[in-house]
Amino acid sequence: MNWTAIYSIFSFEMARFFRTIAQSILSPVLSTSLYFVVFGAAIGSRIQEVEGVSYGAFIVPGLIMLSVITQSISNASFGIYFPKFIGTIFELLSAPISFIEIVIGYVGAAALKALFIGVIILITAFFFVDISIAHPFAMVAFLVLTCISFALMGFIIGIWAGNFEQLQLVPLLIVTPLVFLGGSFYSISMLPPVWQTISHFNPVVYLISGFRWAFFGTADVPILTSLMAIGLFTSTCLAVIWWIFRTGWRIRQ
Amino acid sequence: MPTIVDIKNLRKAYDGGFEALKGVTLEIREGEILALLGPNGAGKTTLISTVCGITMPTDGTVTVGGHDTVTDYRAARAMIGLVPQEINLEPFEKVINTVRFSRGLFGRKPDDAALEKVLRQLSLWDKKDSQIRALSGGMKRRVLIAKALAHDPRVLFLDEPTAGVDVELRKDMWEIVAGLKADGVTIILTTHYIEEAEAIADRIGVIAKGELLLVEDKAKLMARMGKKQLEVQLTQPIEAIPAALQSDALTLSKDGSALIYSYDTRGERTGITKLLADVAAAGLVLADLVTRQSSLEDIFVDLVHDDNKSDTKLGGEGVA
Repeated sequence: MNWTAIYSIFSFEMARFFRTIAQSILSPVLSTSLYFVVFGAAIGSRIQEVEGVSYGAFIVPGLIMLSVITQSISNASFGIYFPKFIGTIFELLSAPISFIEIVIGYVGAAALKALFIGVIILITAFFFVDISIAHPFAMVAFLVLTCISFALMGFIIGIWAGNFEQLQLVPLLIVTPLVFLGGSFYSISMLPPVWQTISHFNPVVYLISGFRWAFFGTADVPILTSLMAIGLFTSTCLAVIWWIFRTGWRIRQ
Repeated sequence: MPTIVDIKNLRKAYDGGFEALKGVTLEIREGEILALLGPNGAGKTTLISTVCGITMPTDGTVTVGGHDTVTDYRAARAMIGLVPQEINLEPFEKVINTVRFSRGLFGRKPDDAALEKVLRQLSLWDKKDSQIRALSGGMKRRVLIAKALAHDPRVLFLDEPTAGVDVELRKDMWEIVAGLKADGVTIILTTHYIEEAEAIADRIGVIAKGELLLVEDKAKLMARMGKKQLEVQLTQPIEAIPAALQSDALTLSKDGSALIYSYDTRGERTGITKLLADVAAAGLVLADLVTRQSSLEDIFVDLVHDDNKSDTKLGGEGVA
């Protein structure tokens, strides 16, 4: 392992993040505050408790997941797409590093940035609602795993994308709907039976449910199922990355 | 000089079936400057990209310092620096950061003193904290070179370093290359400026349609292929070459005011003495004598245009 190279990629990517640190913090704080004003104060006051938790607190895990998932994907996809776009990828390809090291550098930085934003949202949430975290270790584990797995997915999108439109396409058309319909703002049990069944095909449901369990001890699906779902998703992403590595798909002719 | 880059029967066919390299064999010696000449699309960039690991070879092997570029790519690539043809740089990055990044990417521990030396050598030290987008085109090219040198490579590939660069900057670039050679760096540069190869290379390779037509010592190449012409200018134009002077080597200029004699500098006898005696005997009066030597450019044009005829292929050293 060329750790110096991994660290170089990682710190180069993190530097980009810290150059715009004000924006990086301000934007999630602002959007989270807006969600709390709209859903927590305005609408939430008319909604009964969900599964014994006030609605304002109930949406916290979903809100964090929503941001963490979109951030992980966009950080990682942009991170690897940008060198392709401006041509600096030649340097990665001619360096004495393996594809796996490139992945660790980019995905690691993207995941850490997303984690950072997730933590900021959580801190912001404390100012608006009373929340206690039932299983703090599980909460951290879920958060970290989600950051990594979606950063892996973002990396794949970045390798695949041939232009900026394609870079936005998957997050916009697939990920955002899955996250919104994955129970970010409601419990799956609130849905009619048909939609409950359909929801079980949405992988994000398992993530949000598991994450919510870590906060409140209640979940839509059993916690083990959630863990298996995120494990399966991560493995799938790793398998695709491995295939890209073997074939040099869209990187090395 | 020992061989540092050993390319054996290298082939590269792209997915579409296009064969960019058709079996190139080339030995590059440690410490030399090798210029690869060729028209656009000849395979120069593909050759460099394949040695550097940007494209994978279809067949054949490349070793750098004895390390295979596919099976032992880490050791091989650590020895190579690559300056690409296009100015591929992150516009918002500072010069020093991008150079630092390159060094780290090649697995070298941070060493600001080493980077300072490289940046000073390229007259970039004053610009180290500038954003790349604020630099001129020539400065950006220097940044590319600085990035390629950041990990102290033993072999430096320069893909058309002076394409679209003004004359002054080109001279600067040549000085930089000469300085690197003095430091012991082996340099391979591609160019389609023959003037450039003539000015700085030790050896010259000519590549066209994916094949290496020849590799030869620059001086030997010039001597071996250099035809000279002697122009005998006459005081009075003539209509035809006098019968006594008729020979394949002699032609009359269009306006009839000069005889043009082609000869070979390698020959034992150039035939000039006899020619001049014959000219005098034919009663022609000389106004002036001019000699001309064909440049590398003429040689190159001849080669590339005649590359279909096998008899014009020159059996220089290291030809595939």
